[in-house]
Amino acid sequence: MTLLIQYTLIFASVLMLVALGGCFAERSGVINIGLEGIMVIGALGGALVLKFLPASVGAPVMVLATVVVSALFGLIFSLLLAVAAINFKADQTITGTAMNMLATAAATVAVKAMNTAASGGNDVSSDIAYTHTKDLLLVRIGGFEFNWFMVVAVLCLIAAYVALYKTRFGLRLRACGEHPQAADSVGINVYKMRYAGVLISGLLGGLGGIVYITAGVSVWKFENGVAGFGFLALAVMIFGAWHPLKIALAALLFGFCRALGNVYSGFGFLLAMNIPSVVYNMLPYIISLIVLAFTSKKSRAPKAEGIPYDKGSR
Amino acid sequence: MQEAPYAIEMVNVTKRFPGIIANDHVTLQLKKGEIHALLGENGAGKSTLMSVLFGLYQAEEGIIKKDGVEVKINNPNDANALGIGMVHQHFKLVECFSVLDNIILGDEDTKHGFLQRTQAREKVMALSEKYGLRVNPDAMIEDISVGMQQRTEILKMLYRDNEILIFDEPTAVLTPQEIEELLQIMRNLAAEGKSILFISHKLNEIMSVADRCTVLRKGKYIGTVSIADTNKAELSRMMVGRDVEFAVQKGEAHPAEVVLDVKDLTVPSKVHRNNAVKNVSFQVHAGEIVCIAGIDGNGQSELVYGISGLESVSGGTVTMCGQDITNAPIRRRSVLGMSHIPEDRHKHGLVLDYTLEDNMILQRYFEPEFTNKLGFLRRKNIRSYAERLIDQYDVRSGQGPVTVARSMSGGNQQKAIIAREIDKNPQLLIAVQPTRGLDVGAIEYIHRQIVAQRDAGKAVLLVSLELDEVMTVSDRILVMYEGEIVGELDPKKTTVEELGLYMAGAKKEAKGQ
Repeated sequence: MTLLIQYTLIFASVLMLVALGGCFAERSGVINIGLEGIMVIGALGGALVLKFLPASVGAPVMVLATVVVSALFGLIFSLLLAVAAINFKADQTITGTAMNMLATAAATVAVKAMNTAASGGNDVSSDIAYTHTKDLLLVRIGGFEFNWFMVVAVLCLIAAYVALYKTRFGLRLRACGEHPQAADSVGINVYKMRYAGVLISGLLGGLGGIVYITAGVSVWKFENGVAGFGFLALAVMIFGAWHPLKIALAALLFGFCRALGNVYSGFGFLLAMNIPSVVYNMLPYIISLIVLAFTSKKSRAPKAEGIPYDKGSR
Repeated sequence: MQEAPYAIEMVNVTKRFPGIIANDHVTLQLKKGEIHALLGENGAGKSTLMSVLFGLYQAEEGIIKKDGVEVKINNPNDANALGIGMVHQHFKLVECFSVLDNIILGDEDTKHGFLQRTQAREKVMALSEKYGLRVNPDAMIEDISVGMQQRTEILKMLYRDNEILIFDEPTAVLTPQEIEELLQIMRNLAAEGKSILFISHKLNEIMSVADRCTVLRKGKYIGTVSIADTNKAELSRMMVGRDVEFAVQKGEAHPAEVVLDVKDLTVPSKVHRNNAVKNVSFQVHAGEIVCIAGIDGNGQSELVYGISGLESVSGGTVTMCGQDITNAPIRRRSVLGMSHIPEDRHKHGLVLDYTLEDNMILQRYFEPEFTNKLGFLRRKNIRSYAERLIDQYDVRSGQGPVTVARSMSGGNQQKAIIAREIDKNPQLLIAVQPTRGLDVGAIEYIHRQIVAQRDAGKAVLLVSLELDEVMTVSDRILVMYEGEIVGELDPKKTTVEELGLYMAGAKKEAKGQ
């Protein structure tokens, strides 16, 4: 039971971070399909820190360094989307898809090259192991493995809510996603706000990436990318109606389904039903299909999302 | 300076676009505290002039002075800084924001990074009270009436302490009651010392509210007159360059066979649970103009949607030229001879990002004249067809047939639709508010076209909210109130007052078909 809660919380943290990231981008008017790729790149940055920073630096430094580097990696990678979508007015869906393909491939190549060089050609895997440092991220309270990233996720949630609804920045950001002409007419720089939205999504997406690959495992094979979690996060964002608090609840639901796949064998009655494990692993994706089929019609996307802003057009 | 100081002065402003001089040495002088109307036909250069003043365009020649001092306005922020605010024709409001958030957007007060909504609300409420601008600050824009949206736009300017207020065709979207209210608000604003520029081509409104009026025609400055010393006829002559007929010239109607027969038609509403059109029956004969009158929102739009096939009906029948078309696809109705000048020319009339020539063949592209046997478009024929229509119906545009429809002025977009619909040689012409937002010259033209169709033996169904239009153009008036036809009137025998009583639902005819 504790294991179920533990996994639910950690997967919910991942989904929430990434979905919040998507929320910032879309609220500013840019569709970010590239979250999956951003997660991979962020995960790569974080994994490198975990691999190369000695465990002797202590937990606070380790957590902070991982958070900062993975967020920075995600942010830099998201610049691709920002430049293409905002400056060059490229199709945002295609740009995002390209980013997803690029990210996994680039991460795999980079890690393989690194491993090959380090081992003199014996190790050509795309794995990064961080067994020795991973424990620094955890705090055990009884049998419960508490993860520092959960705190980070909750802080991000509060910050996202406050930023979007209580500050000038949030008001302007949302205006740019709904009616950029209106924002422009009152002197708001739509391009700047959209840059901010996309970069924040890169930051949060990168953060989500490192949280995902440190959940439960201590070696990550970069060939696998992040197994569609970026897309799952998009589903969470839509189900959560582009609103931070609803996104948090949606993330918990989806996180629970995902956790079930990891720990269902610990429950006698679930084992007794004799359902193959793949069904549990499929659960979050199936749920996302069903949930979106029924709710996405009611849930209203920012009106101007996906439309490149052009000052000239009426 | 001998004269009273001008709040803003545009002297000899010239703005050229490729192939056209939009403003040719135009001078506009706005006195402090006056309401100054800017009058001109569509395409006369009013919008360009205002865009220059608002910093959206830079003029090639001429200067702008504020309080007698020359200023440079390079972008809307400069204009804002000089206290110039504008209510755009298409509101710049975020629909899912509250009224308050829309007002403060771009000019927010913050404390430690947090929005100070409480103070802002107090300021907005104080302004709202001072100028009689009723708004609910917490309502979402999407939930409130167009009138309240406009008041929100006005409050946006006042919140920024703007002294010079530009209203770009503000009455085009309002009901008669809302127009009266707006004119009163403008008077209040002027009385408080605000200077107002009122862009319009509605002479009645200019006569009622303005102090002075500057007239533009085809980019040229025609003159500035004091409203007290002028009249409607003179203004319209200045605007159009000739005398305008306000009355529609038409002879006796000679109704012949029934073209459109609507029986017990019921159309559900998209907005509420009730039916928008309830058991409506009427006929339109060849050679007559039947006008559906009523206050906006009483089911006229839905009635036309039902007849034209834009929406499916839930009961009753529509018969055209003896054929039941109740559930027929729109193409079949069109081929049978139904033409439709829609209420919303952007939504249902044109594909805005298509060229003019492609818009001209929207309903006819499949005909052998425009598509060859292999299914390819015959571009040459399309071009020459479009050129003929443009010529014949005087549709003005920058690049002729290849002009993108979006870039054309509203009046010429409407002319393009009318050309397309009339040239189909229809049996039935449905025209919904065909003159909305147009200037007197264009209105006169459209009315003549409609009467010409009637005289050519076509059946015309006209839907209008303008009482003048209802009274002068139609041969028979049907009044709609809350989805039902409550009266049939003869425009020659009735009065505007009686018509108004029917429209308000105060009078009702017990009608057995």
